[in-house]
Amino acid sequence: MAEDFICVQTEDFSVDEQYQAIRSSTTSAGAVVFFVGLVRDINDGQSVTGLHLEHYPAMTKKALAGIVTQARERWDLHEVRLIHRVGSLDLNDQIVFVATSSRHRQSAFQACEFIMDFLKTQAPFWKKERTTQGDHWVDARTSDQQELERWQK
Amino acid sequence: MIKVLFFARLREQLGTEAIDIPWQPESTVGTLLQQILADHPAWSEFLSKPLMKAVNQEMSQDEQALSDGDEVAFFPPVTGG
Repeated sequence: MAEDFICVQTEDFSVDEQYQAIRSSTTSAGAVVFFVGLVRDINDGQSVTGLHLEHYPAMTKKALAGIVTQARERWDLHEVRLIHRVGSLDLNDQIVFVATSSRHRQSAFQACEFIMDFLKTQAPFWKKERTTQGDHWVDARTSDQQELERWQK
Repeated sequence: MIKVLFFARLREQLGTEAIDIPWQPESTVGTLLQQILADHPAWSEFLSKPLMKAVNQEMSQDEQALSDGDEVAFFPPVTGG
């Protein structure tokens, strides 16, 4: 089992570097799954021009580490790499990266989804969108809460 | 003393990111919120909305008991990812 990598940063990240890091950390993993979240141009019918991501610095990393621990309790994972950006982001910028590696693909796929579903509803980040009609805080979605609930069955 | 933090939309609505509230024996997150509202009645409009709460950087509920020196945060439902 490799040590997990969890980072909250303003800088961009390289998916290739992250993939090479998780790939080269072991020879026993048969699968790597990764997810990248991007800044999208339309949200709730409004034209988005960028966004600002606020977080609770003292809590963020602790919350993310807690989510990764929960994933590890459910699946046999080799390594998890998780990066979340904060600060000012433009359209098409990368926001979040989650990679999981495991012996077989099912664990890596499921754990990656689980981590994203928990991150979206349990980690202290807030998006403020810049739109052509002004800036506004993004409202939480009930669909995100429903995604979370499927893991609690 | 309890250090109380506010984030995101709530921080902007209240116009402050942190306040100190005297700790009281047997206080909980719920009673702390009542104390804050008693000091700042104008905030009830914003603090009555669905909020998430954290005690010492861990997600918590209203029933969570507080100790002197705890850090309590109130914030809107999170929207990262």
